[in-house]
Amino acid sequence: MAVDRSLWVHVVVLLGVAAVAATAQAEPAAARQKELVNMVRQDCGSCHGLTLQGGLGPALLPSDLKGKPAESLVATVMMGRPGTAMPGWAPFMSEQEAEWIVARLMQGFPPVAQQLESSK
Amino acid sequence: MMGRMLGVGLLSLGLLAGCAQTPALRGTGDMGVVIERATGTVQVVEHSGRTRLGSVPGLGDLSHAHVTYSRDARYAFVFGRDGGLTKVDLLTQRIVKRVIQAGNSIGGSVSQDGRLVVAQNYQPGGIKAFDAETLELVSEVPAEYAPGQFSKVVGLADVPGQKFVYALFEAGEIWVTDFTDPRQPRTTRYPAGKQPYDGLVTPDGRYFMAGLFGEDGIALLDLWHPEKGVRKILDGYGRGEEKLPVYKMPHLRGWAMAGGFAFLPAIGRHEVLVVDTRTWTEAARVPVKGQPVFVMARPDGRQVWVNFAFPDNGWVQVIDTPTREVVKTLAPGKAVLHMEFTPRGDEVWVSARDDNKVTVFDTASFEVRQTLPATAPSGIFFSHRAARIGF
Repeated sequence: MAVDRSLWVHVVVLLGVAAVAATAQAEPAAARQKELVNMVRQDCGSCHGLTLQGGLGPALLPSDLKGKPAESLVATVMMGRPGTAMPGWAPFMSEQEAEWIVARLMQGFPPVAQQLESSK
Repeated sequence: MMGRMLGVGLLSLGLLAGCAQTPALRGTGDMGVVIERATGTVQVVEHSGRTRLGSVPGLGDLSHAHVTYSRDARYAFVFGRDGGLTKVDLLTQRIVKRVIQAGNSIGGSVSQDGRLVVAQNYQPGGIKAFDAETLELVSEVPAEYAPGQFSKVVGLADVPGQKFVYALFEAGEIWVTDFTDPRQPRTTRYPAGKQPYDGLVTPDGRYFMAGLFGEDGIALLDLWHPEKGVRKILDGYGRGEEKLPVYKMPHLRGWAMAGGFAFLPAIGRHEVLVVDTRTWTEAARVPVKGQPVFVMARPDGRQVWVNFAFPDNGWVQVIDTPTREVVKTLAPGKAVLHMEFTPRGDEVWVSARDDNKVTVFDTASFEVRQTLPATAPSGIFFSHRAARIGF
């Protein structure tokens, strides 16, 4: 039993390492992308609006972000902005995921999957 | 002859159309709406039989939607984030009138006499008063706190005397506007504190409170004695302790007043603050599972129900008010956004956005009485709000 368990732990760890290696240089996996889109639309949307046209926080549409350096936007997502209501989201995403979000925001953010389904 | 036949034909058509539109006789006292935030739809529901009666689509962007009711509790005024203000008839489940009144809006309220519906806006910052019957613009008060500088308006509440009280996020002020002459509103300004994020009024309409994001404390204005100005209460309630990052601003509307004590969400803390309303000083803190968003008293005040900000938004906790202890922890689904009690508090409806459902709990036994499907549900608003000050 003990052998079985440690074997499984190894398999799981190896799978995890493989998954991280595969995504480190690339986009988040499809399921994670869906989660991130939902998080941006719904949770970031609490302040920035579901349509990202702004609320208590500023608008995050491509026209609003145009010309802003992506690295500083990623830093704001990860660390927040002191003196404002913007919190850091580092506990909930990796730097690569924040980069992916910022890139999508600058292009025009995709809608939530569920929203697409129910609007059909 | 032809003319008469045509006339009869038109008349019977009219009668038929009339029949199709006339709803069965019923009261609206047990009705309400559930916001389906992602699809711009509201469900019309009734809480006696816990059923969905119909759906009204076409209401625009309903993220951060708010609903207030006409004096006769027949019409719901739905405020959308995109500045849409829609008057929905609960009985026919149809849109009566819809206007786009701002670029970015977060809610509104109905005047004491029921004739005005007032919207609070982020963009352009300010409030606008509409005729509750026709939704025609009557007057507006831009939140221009310094020349050319406009503030977002938060925490709008209707109070006695045809007045509305609200807070200005950037300006750090509380404004009171008197609509006794609806076309010539008169506004008085009070300094309040750094970044008020929401406001509330006590059920008697006497005290207006604005929660402050930029400092620890709450701004309190006694509307019986506005000449005394704003008083800061719970000043520095978290002094010396590091505030947690806030992933969702708490909401104060629908807050809890129970047995002479106010139960309020602590910002950036996993606590509910208990305030003695005779002295307006802190009486206790109740540790809870996350940062509270809504802290709502059951109408009898014996229980306080709390939901939480991301990432703890799958939980709801119930505080017993005399002992100030959490007596129940519930998991009503993913992303619990709102709760609404039936008028006398026997049941509470809880929305779970990411599980696409609304759950109805018995508040005495905590048993599930019903589960209703809904698409990304957020706010739940029952019609008895029509008769309450500050809703």
